[in-house]
Amino acid sequence: MADTTVQVEAGSSLPRLLIVGLTTVALFYVSFYLYQLNQPLFGAILLAIATGFAVIFGANRFYGARFIFPGVAAVLTFIAFPVAYTIYIGFTNYSSFNLLTYDRTLEVLTARGAIDPSTEQPFAVAQDGNSYRIWLPDSGLLSAPVDLASEQTVLVEPGEQPETLLARRDAIKLREGLGLLTLETPDGGLIKNAGLRTFATVTPDFVQTGDDELTRSDGTILTANHQTGFFEDENGDQVPPGWRVNIGTDNFERVFQSAGIREPMVSVFVWTFAFATLSVVLTFAVGLTLAVILQWPHLRFKPLYRILLILPYAVPAFISILVFRGLFNQNFGEINLILNALFGVEPNWFSNGALARTMLVIVNTWLGYPYMMLLAMGFLQAVPEDHKKAAALEGAGALRVFFTITLPQILPPFLPLLIASFAFNFNNLVLVFLLTRGLPDIPGTVIPAGETDILASFTYRLAFDNAGQQFGLAGAITLLIFVVVAAISYANFVAMRRAAARRGGQS
Amino acid sequence: MIVERPRDLLIKKCMAHGFMIVFLALILFPFFMVLSISFREGNFSVGSIIPENPTLEHWVLALGFDYNRADGTVVEPPYPVLLWMWNSIKIGLIAGLGVLALSTISAYAFSRIRIRGKAAMLDGLFLIQMFPTTLALVAIYAIFDALGEVNPILGLNSHVALVLIYLSGVTLHIWTIKGYFDSIDTALDKAAAIDGATPWQTFRHIFLPLAVPIMSVVFVLSFIGFINDYPIASVLIRSESQMTLAVGSRLYLNEFRYLWGDFAAAAVLSGLPITVVFLFAQRYLVSGLSDGAVKG
Repeated sequence: MADTTVQVEAGSSLPRLLIVGLTTVALFYVSFYLYQLNQPLFGAILLAIATGFAVIFGANRFYGARFIFPGVAAVLTFIAFPVAYTIYIGFTNYSSFNLLTYDRTLEVLTARGAIDPSTEQPFAVAQDGNSYRIWLPDSGLLSAPVDLASEQTVLVEPGEQPETLLARRDAIKLREGLGLLTLETPDGGLIKNAGLRTFATVTPDFVQTGDDELTRSDGTILTANHQTGFFEDENGDQVPPGWRVNIGTDNFERVFQSAGIREPMVSVFVWTFAFATLSVVLTFAVGLTLAVILQWPHLRFKPLYRILLILPYAVPAFISILVFRGLFNQNFGEINLILNALFGVEPNWFSNGALARTMLVIVNTWLGYPYMMLLAMGFLQAVPEDHKKAAALEGAGALRVFFTITLPQILPPFLPLLIASFAFNFNNLVLVFLLTRGLPDIPGTVIPAGETDILASFTYRLAFDNAGQQFGLAGAITLLIFVVVAAISYANFVAMRRAAARRGGQS
Repeated sequence: MIVERPRDLLIKKCMAHGFMIVFLALILFPFFMVLSISFREGNFSVGSIIPENPTLEHWVLALGFDYNRADGTVVEPPYPVLLWMWNSIKIGLIAGLGVLALSTISAYAFSRIRIRGKAAMLDGLFLIQMFPTTLALVAIYAIFDALGEVNPILGLNSHVALVLIYLSGVTLHIWTIKGYFDSIDTALDKAAAIDGATPWQTFRHIFLPLAVPIMSVVFVLSFIGFINDYPIASVLIRSESQMTLAVGSRLYLNEFRYLWGDFAAAAVLSGLPITVVFLFAQRYLVSGLSDGAVKG
């Protein structure tokens, strides 16, 4: 058999360039499409991704960068961009009152109209080839054929009832096209579709009479105020709905200057720090104690103890938190049953602020100690046995050995993980949300804020929980959280570097 | 500590075991309660740890079947637990695989390929990793609300949107896998390079097979992380049929419809498989976490 092996030219890059080129063109097309659909921001992001893709996969110089491009692009698009966008929202009035874009607001307002009930008359639709005719039986009028595809006005004239009319069910399917239709009666009146069964004279509430100007049916002229995002009459009365506008630092001023917001926020802020600190200290203390006991060479059944002790960590948190929510229930929760049997007390865990906070810390310690225990077991093994023996020979007790020899040796490598745990608990939204929802509420506040709310859950409730949907304000508060997290993050970074340097120095 | 008298040692042992048993009883109390509650009658009942009139009602309902009570009434399952479980597993698998692919390839490059600005990029990833996605919830909501107007598949209430956002969870895993790659002898890649392998071939044929253990750990970890996610899923998913387990479970303990017994059965049913998977993976998890975080 002839040798058919063909030496593949290693540098042949034509197929690759072809694929890269086609993908890039496709991405460019999609981003242009997004731009046309009034989503310039997303269009721009996709354009940036497409350009990066073309450059890095097209040019041979960037061979190495090809490996990290997907990961870095994912991080930039799904973490960095949302973070930046959150900060941007903090400078807008985005909320349930200012939900739409300007164009959509105009559409919504001009589509509103008052139906004159005295002119209401039933209608039916007849098929006429590819188009339709509208039949108004009360006045015996029949429209010219219409395709019901776009906004249009057609004449209706006296005519005969068409032989076959569409069933009501089929006519309802056409309601979108019917909504765009205006019929002109022989006397010059205009009637529009006014519900599923009738046509009637509809007076629009607002007519656009110029750029940024609407005229209301009572003659009032409304102008668009792009500072507040509302149409306003000359008295400054606003007509909802509004649209999203940039309002500068108003949200931040509200946070710092309105007492109704600032006071609960300070309380939430202090509690967030207390909660995160308590959680770290308690989980660390419990976890380390257990790890030390488990390290004791004379203890039997170690593997069994270990697996049972980490069970709280292994069960999905959303399940165990909800279990605790049930167990702590005041009237039929098992914890109160036992407390009642033993001490005759039935604490109301969910309506008393201090108790609710205690409950939160108890549950979080339960959830978090196994992680600390597992880490501590690893670090404890690295402490040389000789040091402990030497100290014991000098006459130091077990406790003294622990605090003077063991603890100082495991703390430095532990520090970055403790800081990370602090950052995690600082934003432990899941726990607060599933256990207490932040309740009980702090009395007398302008915005919803609870005694057990941490900053993250407080923002979540501002944005998603209550009628206000104050996305703008939530964005502003998130920026404040970012600052704190950035500080923690930097501290962790430094601690990690130090730990790495120490390890490097030792080995 | 070194020389112990036998009697002291015995007392110490008893104390240690006694402490462990009391502590474990406290810690494991919720698990026993949930198991017991799932077999009790009704949704409010209180009783002893071993139920007096054990019933399978909550379990039958949790598995999605109608339950015929003795008095002839038929109870329908309150929520589609199995569907939620399937949603969670589906999303977790797809996002987990995506994260695995992204982070392994990036980790290889960060460990072995010379790229300008690599150290800065790694530091950047570490810092970004500290910002949980939950902080950008408002933006995530706004972004997918807007994208949904372009195409509903990318909008709110869509699993695609959820998977896309979960892909951002690669940062920590890049660090973990990079730590593992750093520990592999560089002689291996030099040998491959001498034989004429491109970096991609070195990755595909040498590093990928070696990385299977750490990759399985990263996969299991991210899978469990996605199944446990509540904040992002609760913001993006609204309709009952699209919910994940984490979002749906909350409905059971609504103040107006408090289904304690049904919840207990559903919790055991859905929690058990995840717990077992986690217990298998936890051994690797801790070494991965502490190594990945400390190796600079």
